Amino acid sequence: MRYWSILFAVAAVFSVGAFVYAPFSADWWLPNVAGDPYHVVSTFGKEIDSLYFIILGITGVAFIGTQIVLVWVQYRYVDEIGPDGKPTRPAQYFHGSQRLEVVWTIIPAAILVFLALYQMDTWASIKLRSATPRVPVLAEITGRQFQWVIKYPGPDGKLNTADDLFTVSDLHFVKNQTALIQLKSSDVLHSFFLPQMRIKQDAVPGMTIPVWFDADTAGHYELVCAELCGWGHYKMRGHVTVHETEEEFQKWQADQLAEQNRSQLSMASESQGR
Amino acid sequence: MGADLTANGSHGAAAVPAGGDDHGHSDGHDHIHPAPSNFLSKYVFSHDHKIIGIQFLFSGLIFFVLGGLLAMAVRWQLAWPWKPVPILAKALWSHPALGYQMPPEDYNKLFTMHATIMIFFVVIPLLTGAFGNFLIPLMIGARDMAFPKLNMFSYWFMWPAFIIITYSFFVEGGSAEAGWTSYPPLSVFRWSTPGSLNGQTFWLLALLFAGISSLMGSINYITTIVMLRSPGMKMFRMPMTVWAMFITALLQAFALPVLTSALIMQLLDRTAGTNFFSPVGHTVANSPPVVGGGGPLLFQHLFWFYSHPAVYIMILPGMGIVSDVIATFSRKPLFGYKPMVLAIAGIAGLGFIVWGHHMFQSGMNPQLGATFMLSTMMIALPSAIKVFNWLGTMWGGRIQYTSAMLNAMAFVAMFIIGGLSGIFMAATPVDMHIHDTYFIVGHIHYVLFGGSTFAIFAGIYYWFPKMFGRMMNERLGLIHFFLTFIFFNGTFFLMHIIGMHGHPRRIADPTAYEFLRGAGVTGMNQFMTLSAFGLGLTQLIFAYNFLSSLVVGAEAGPNPWNANSLEWSTASPPPHYNFETLPRVYHAPYEFSVPGVEADFVPQTVPLPRNITLDPVMA
Ligand code: HEM
Ligand SMILES: [Cu+2]
Ligand SMILES: [Cu+2]
Repeated sequence: MRYWSILFAVAAVFSVGAFVYAPFSADWWLPNVAGDPYHVVSTFGKEIDSLYFIILGITGVAFIGTQIVLVWVQYRYVDEIGPDGKPTRPAQYFHGSQRLEVVWTIIPAAILVFLALYQMDTWASIKLRSATPRVPVLAEITGRQFQWVIKYPGPDGKLNTADDLFTVSDLHFVKNQTALIQLKSSDVLHSFFLPQMRIKQDAVPGMTIPVWFDADTAGHYELVCAELCGWGHYKMRGHVTVHETEEEFQKWQADQLAEQNRSQLSMASESQGR
Repeated sequence: MGADLTANGSHGAAAVPAGGDDHGHSDGHDHIHPAPSNFLSKYVFSHDHKIIGIQFLFSGLIFFVLGGLLAMAVRWQLAWPWKPVPILAKALWSHPALGYQMPPEDYNKLFTMHATIMIFFVVIPLLTGAFGNFLIPLMIGARDMAFPKLNMFSYWFMWPAFIIITYSFFVEGGSAEAGWTSYPPLSVFRWSTPGSLNGQTFWLLALLFAGISSLMGSINYITTIVMLRSPGMKMFRMPMTVWAMFITALLQAFALPVLTSALIMQLLDRTAGTNFFSPVGHTVANSPPVVGGGGPLLFQHLFWFYSHPAVYIMILPGMGIVSDVIATFSRKPLFGYKPMVLAIAGIAGLGFIVWGHHMFQSGMNPQLGATFMLSTMMIALPSAIKVFNWLGTMWGGRIQYTSAMLNAMAFVAMFIIGGLSGIFMAATPVDMHIHDTYFIVGHIHYVLFGGSTFAIFAGIYYWFPKMFGRMMNERLGLIHFFLTFIFFNGTFFLMHIIGMHGHPRRIADPTAYEFLRGAGVTGMNQFMTLSAFGLGLTQLIFAYNFLSSLVVGAEAGPNPWNANSLEWSTASPPPHYNFETLPRVYHAPYEFSVPGVEADFVPQTVPLPRNITLDPVMA
């Protein structure tokens, strides 16, 4: 009967094993740039990942410790009947220990308070409005079933003027620059999630929420909707392009604006023709 | 009076009225009601807490089957997106033009109804409804609940809920699909998604009825525990199960009104044109803009103010059950009985001030996030204390590997994982990445399946003999446990990994995103789905064991496990009036292996030997 402990041990080994194996497979690990699975591209991402590793370490030790004790007591304190038909080992009779109780309250409490305080700074610098970077707004992004409507200020740098550029689910910004967006929703809740930059913020009707992030590697990334928003929630995907240089971004913007004007003109002439 | 009692002669319990009790506790409640004589009043509209408990047990298990089937359909879609679900597809999605594919809105319905049914129609009714009703009067030495008729109503108010939630699958637009959290505006605007057409209204009504049922139950539990304990049953002599039920009932009673108000407000928003949860100026689908509105976050605050405590409503009774089971099968006193009670109370108290941890990324003021994070970290503490105490109880014991004990130990092992993953989410910056991903789904299932469900199994294996007078088949029980434990871990553990990889929850097709298209994610999804099917099939063993043991199980006798608490001091199943005379209680129910006592247990009705003095802080 004591071999039931093996079943519990196997489960613990499987759990630990999954996390030990994970770093060896890009698919099993924190999402990062294609081709370089251990390189998180954003400043916040680095802080969040290191916090994640600290917690993984602490919880890992706690997990392995408690599982070892569990498996050990299961193995050791099994009920065995001796040849005389009586238990070979009677159970001990004790009701607890105040000293132990105090020890295993204080140690976890200290660790948890440490964790709570340790991460406050990161949280503050990512989310508090007072930490909003003093940079011009990159874009206003409005979640809508089932796309991200993105409005860039255009060359004049001001939103809601004639040269605003509109894109659908196509987010562009420049490497090593803090991108600041204003997040809105026009119908239901959505959630703006950049897995490779570890950024998540719900878009709430009636609120405008500033969100900021950056990336140290140019390339293509993904924008996910992480809040259930209706039947098409699964496909509310956005493309993210991080440009190598400011010029590249400006050129993209100019091209898009030209395209946008052309289509507006053709629409206007079409309606005149009718 | 005595004549009425003999109606219940079948179990051989001598029908002696308790009128002549010598103790002074008789505030009118130790008189014995006549046993019901016809089928309807005995098994259907019964006032007897034991029958009501068993009614909840059967209802909950039936809904467990439905919830499980829905889960398997969800898993199918995740592993093989848009491939017709075997067997079910032709029946449910009989649209050959779509190739019998599951439409994405139906995927949303499946996970919404799966979660709703599991939480509100399986776990809560089983833990509080079935075990609470059956056990509380028996364990505290009472003849019935304080309000037997209210108790009957608490079960019968579940029926409108059962009927409405089942019917909702067939209304226009189909069942609700806004998730079990039902956040507005998605749940409020009738055209936001098909399930919001009519299904959501039915969902709200079903939950309102289920809530009324719980409220009636909890009032009954509180009153019964405070008023009807038998002589000598001090609060600190109650079994942990009763303590847990008591605190759970308090949680219900305080939190449920808040959920009820939120549900009614949402119902009004949907039907009466109010705008509690829509901001000023909001329009959807060309509706006129809202004037004088509220906000979506209001609903989230109200919802989690109930539902955070509710997640503890789903685990505390389980903690009580496994405490009793572990002590009994370790043949050892529960380690730190009073600290355990305090830990439960601490979880309940803190449970009211941590609801905001579900809203870290919701747009709520991030300053609040910092406070909620601290309180959330603190709630890990009583959970840790409980785990250490369970380990302490087994340490130095004489462990008997019964099905009940194995399920209880699985509760401990799996609850550790659920508790530790909570710490990742409590760390607000880390939560930013893992919120609304499969990491959360992993956490939920380690506490709700690994925790609550293993506790339900432990409880059923443990108290089945008391409920039905027969034993369950141990061999089948062990096989069922073995496979459940393996498949459970196979189904849910890797969710932490894909969640960490960013796999969002509630998406019908993971391959819609490039970073989720890799062989690793796909492989893990398929592995989890196969395990889930294994898990589902394994429950057939349990169903067979449960049903066949009802008929052919060996006779149990009053105390098959040699346990101490009061329910084991009466016949199995207990007679209509529970106890011939109200038992007198001398100590807490955990006096196992007392030195100098021949048997390795001392029932609560038997005094301890004179030379034993109990530690006032621990016992
Ligand atoms: C006592 C047993 C526990 C139960 C029954 C439980 C249950 C749940 C459930 C059902 C959810 C998901 C709700 C949803 O659908 O969004 C959840 C989320 C959460 N739990 Fe637990 N939990 C338990 C223990 C813990 C512990 C010990 C911690 C902290 C150390 C914790 C921290 C969290 C956090 C922070 C979330 C929210 C995560 C997010 O939505 O981003 N939980 N829990
Ligand atoms: Cu969305
Ligand atoms: Cu969405």
